[in-house]
Amino acid sequence: MREVSSLLRIFRFLAVLPLFALLGGCQMVLLGPSGDVALQQRNLLLASTGLMLLIIVPVMALTIFFAWRYRASAKASYDPDWNHSLPLEVVIWSVPLLIIVVIGAMTWMGTHLLDPYRPLNRIAAGKPVVEAKAGGNGVRKEPLVIQVVALDWKWLFLYPAQGIASLNEVVAPVDQPIEFRITSSSVMNSLFIPALAGQIYAMPGMQAKLNAVINHAGEFEGFSANYSGAGFSEMRFRFRGVDDKAFGDWVQGAIRNGSTLGREEYLVLEKPSEREAVRYFRDIPSDLFSAVLNMCVDRAKMCTRDMMALDAKGGGGKEGIHIVAQLEYDKSVRRGGQPMPPRPFVTAICTPTDVYGTAGVSARVAN
Amino acid sequence: MTSYPDWWKLIFGRFTLEAIPYHEPILIGTFAAVALGGLALIALVTRYKLWGYLWHEWFTSVDHKKIGIMYMILGVIMLLRGFADALMMRGQQAIAFAGNEGYLPPHHYDQIFTAHGVIMIFFVAMPFVTGLMNYVVPLQIGARDVSFPFLNNFSFWMTVSGAVLVMMSLFIGEFAKVGWLAYPPLSGAAYSPGVGMDYYLWALQIAGVGTTLSGVNLIATIVKMRAPGMEMMRMPVFTWTALCTNVLIVATFPILAATLALLTLDRYVGTNFFTNDLGGNPMMYVNLIWIWGHPEVYILILPIFGVYSEVASTFCGKRLFGYASMVYATVVITILSYLVWLHHFFTMGSGASVNSFFGITTMIISIPTGAKIFNWLFTMYRGRIRFELPMMWLVAFMLTFVIGGMTGVMLAVPPADFVLHNSLFLIAHFHNVIIGGVVFGVFAGIAYWFPKAFGFKLDRFWGLLSFWFWVIGFYVAFMPLYVLGLMGVTRRLSRFEDPSLQIWFVIAAIGAVLIALGILCFIIQIAVSIVRREQLRDTTGDPWDGRTLEWSTSSPPPAYNFAFTPIVHDLDAWADMKKRGYRRPLGGFKPIHMPRNTGAGVIIAALATVGGFALIWYIWWLAALSFVGVIATVVIHSFNYDRDFHIPAEAVLREEDSRSQLLGRA
Repeated sequence: MREVSSLLRIFRFLAVLPLFALLGGCQMVLLGPSGDVALQQRNLLLASTGLMLLIIVPVMALTIFFAWRYRASAKASYDPDWNHSLPLEVVIWSVPLLIIVVIGAMTWMGTHLLDPYRPLNRIAAGKPVVEAKAGGNGVRKEPLVIQVVALDWKWLFLYPAQGIASLNEVVAPVDQPIEFRITSSSVMNSLFIPALAGQIYAMPGMQAKLNAVINHAGEFEGFSANYSGAGFSEMRFRFRGVDDKAFGDWVQGAIRNGSTLGREEYLVLEKPSEREAVRYFRDIPSDLFSAVLNMCVDRAKMCTRDMMALDAKGGGGKEGIHIVAQLEYDKSVRRGGQPMPPRPFVTAICTPTDVYGTAGVSARVAN
Repeated sequence: MTSYPDWWKLIFGRFTLEAIPYHEPILIGTFAAVALGGLALIALVTRYKLWGYLWHEWFTSVDHKKIGIMYMILGVIMLLRGFADALMMRGQQAIAFAGNEGYLPPHHYDQIFTAHGVIMIFFVAMPFVTGLMNYVVPLQIGARDVSFPFLNNFSFWMTVSGAVLVMMSLFIGEFAKVGWLAYPPLSGAAYSPGVGMDYYLWALQIAGVGTTLSGVNLIATIVKMRAPGMEMMRMPVFTWTALCTNVLIVATFPILAATLALLTLDRYVGTNFFTNDLGGNPMMYVNLIWIWGHPEVYILILPIFGVYSEVASTFCGKRLFGYASMVYATVVITILSYLVWLHHFFTMGSGASVNSFFGITTMIISIPTGAKIFNWLFTMYRGRIRFELPMMWLVAFMLTFVIGGMTGVMLAVPPADFVLHNSLFLIAHFHNVIIGGVVFGVFAGIAYWFPKAFGFKLDRFWGLLSFWFWVIGFYVAFMPLYVLGLMGVTRRLSRFEDPSLQIWFVIAAIGAVLIALGILCFIIQIAVSIVRREQLRDTTGDPWDGRTLEWSTSSPPPAYNFAFTPIVHDLDAWADMKKRGYRRPLGGFKPIHMPRNTGAGVIIAALATVGGFALIWYIWWLAALSFVGVIATVVIHSFNYDRDFHIPAEAVLREEDSRSQLLGRA
């Protein structure tokens, strides 16, 4: 049958298409990353792909072969009642099982070794990070801490040890372990610098961590990998890997030229905006990141850690009801929407003597 | 806003004239086309006096066959809408480079990708799958209808109600701009204050009622209504997969309903389940929605695996290889599909042990799935393969799906997922398994069972064209997305900076156009087949030399499906009957007890649509009224004792005699 043979020809071509794509690997950042973590992630990707091809390729080849060999016009051997074979059943269940056992073991180890929360134990193959007090020729470096806040729709990077911050640009010395501490101001985002390491969500009121290292100097792309609203497409930043001296100069430049970033300035910066140019800040209160994380940069708000501490002690009870106004963080006007009508809360407790709860505290919050 | 007085708000809620998007030329054009098309359709139906026919024979029908066909029609209509969204996205991404904003601002683009996902999953794939199950399962098990025929009609119309709400959002107000799973806090009242999210919530909530009830119905049907002799291990594989899918539906759709209800409470009455405020936790939503969401993809693919199994054994002219292992694989997948949801968000920061657990359970699913692929492979071995359209879809599926399976396992390795998550690689992966799996299978199923439903085969030429456009279009559209994913490009972007990416998006857009041609050819195929129906006529009821009971009756089957309930002695009951020289009974018919049509389902669903619309626009009086209406209709319907009738023995005899004449002529 003509259709069949043309079908098979085209499929053979289609089957090798992904391989053609791999030829262009030089421009694929995930296959040629510049950071050790991303490199190990890539190796895991390639290893698991290779293992699976062990079974995928024969299956595809057999599919094509059987489809051709047993086409009706070929009059090949025909055995309509043959529908069971114990040895074959054993093979078709056990071979995939074996492959999955291997990939599963790799997964278990890889997931633990490349856990983004885990401090790095090497900055590259053969270059372990060692304890400061230990001897040897390992790299002795405390991680550079960078606090990251995903804002609408831009990225703020705070350098607590250096006392500076930058908007939409992050710079780190080459071969220096970096510890990102990541949160968000309003909705979920995802911090992703493909050349450096895998991504991790940035979520309001929560902190995630990412340990990574850049091994080659250069400029790399970073962005949010989780849709966060209208300005999402422009939520990009530059990641620069530089040598130690250039990093020092960059920090000094920020100290010299940066503007002040206190709580008031942060609350202005936090408002939605798109395509913000790179900016630097200095004079940053040491508790700014913690205030962002606890959603209490605005001093009228109660910090979530205090709320949790209260709750852990059994909560504020009826008397604590006035706190609700201080626990309201989400603001629709931030997104340029219409102001929502004041949001009523259950603010009054009715009791047998006060059936309508008139003694309660009124807490209608405009947001 | 201020120009609207209080009485307006009382009557129309937050609906204002500004909510009509008359300033958007694309929407006005679409509206004009839809309105003109709709008017033309209404005029034609009126001209040919078809309203009574449609109402009595279709809309109010409780016949599982007609309901199945209506599900398929709903799926095709919504496929056109969902695919129009896809074309618009591909167009935007192909041109929005280096300062070019494209033609879709974020406000519009973000609605489109949300609508595309929602429509394709809930109102295309689900109706297709439910339609196939509805049509085929009762016939395959030798039953005369489903267990609860009225409920079946009601379920269908609730699904339509959800679809209608989604379509309304196009012309009244807006749709959600949050992505198809609507993660809070973005989808909460503070960050999505408009009506779009409320359209999303009520459309899915109402359609979900239909899906859940249809799941209950089909489980009861399969468990209780099988023909005598059809033990569980003699059920056709499609019926098995339908059973597993409906178990999943009944077990997971309530989770979706509860999750959406909690989000609805957050938005409507100011609770704080998923807000940042007051100790709410958006991560809870992400977990809950995926506890439904992952089984959902197996709800879609399992019955399609069943379709492929039927197609494989029929067109290879053999019993399915490894029936028992196929059944066990299906059941194992059903169970495992519950243990993998976290792989959709490894990047949320769970510990390494949690991530590894869910990564490894995900990989384990590939073992039974792989076993299924091998079973189809060895069904082909020593078969006599007829390359009719369904078989071609099967081969295309086997070659395409394994690629999707492989990329799926890559995504299941947490450290690899950290770089691939939310990238276009992920988009390519799930389109690879949903198009290469579900959609190919739906077309295989349509080509396979169409002659059963209508008595004539589908035109082969246009079917082949559609097949090639779809298959080649799929590869051209999605292989570039794999490449882009490896280049670190993330999803849901409407504008790009790096010009070197553009060529890949252009190729993908060409692929989307090829798929569009595939859809066009499919529609032409249906039209041409209707025109040429006399040449394509099948009088035997068994055009493919089928093996299961649906092929033992006429095409299309009579309302009562089987004059006598068949007795099953073996797997592949009809093949067995043919081998043993089965003869149709020609006399001795008895009156057949049948359910009577009712309009209650249409009415309740229409009231639910009105209620949903009222809730979306805060028109409280109308919401209350429609709720009362729903309750009243249910109560009134429960007093309707005119629910059944008997087809007299003479009518059965006439029907069977006419079939005898057809068979004699053949």
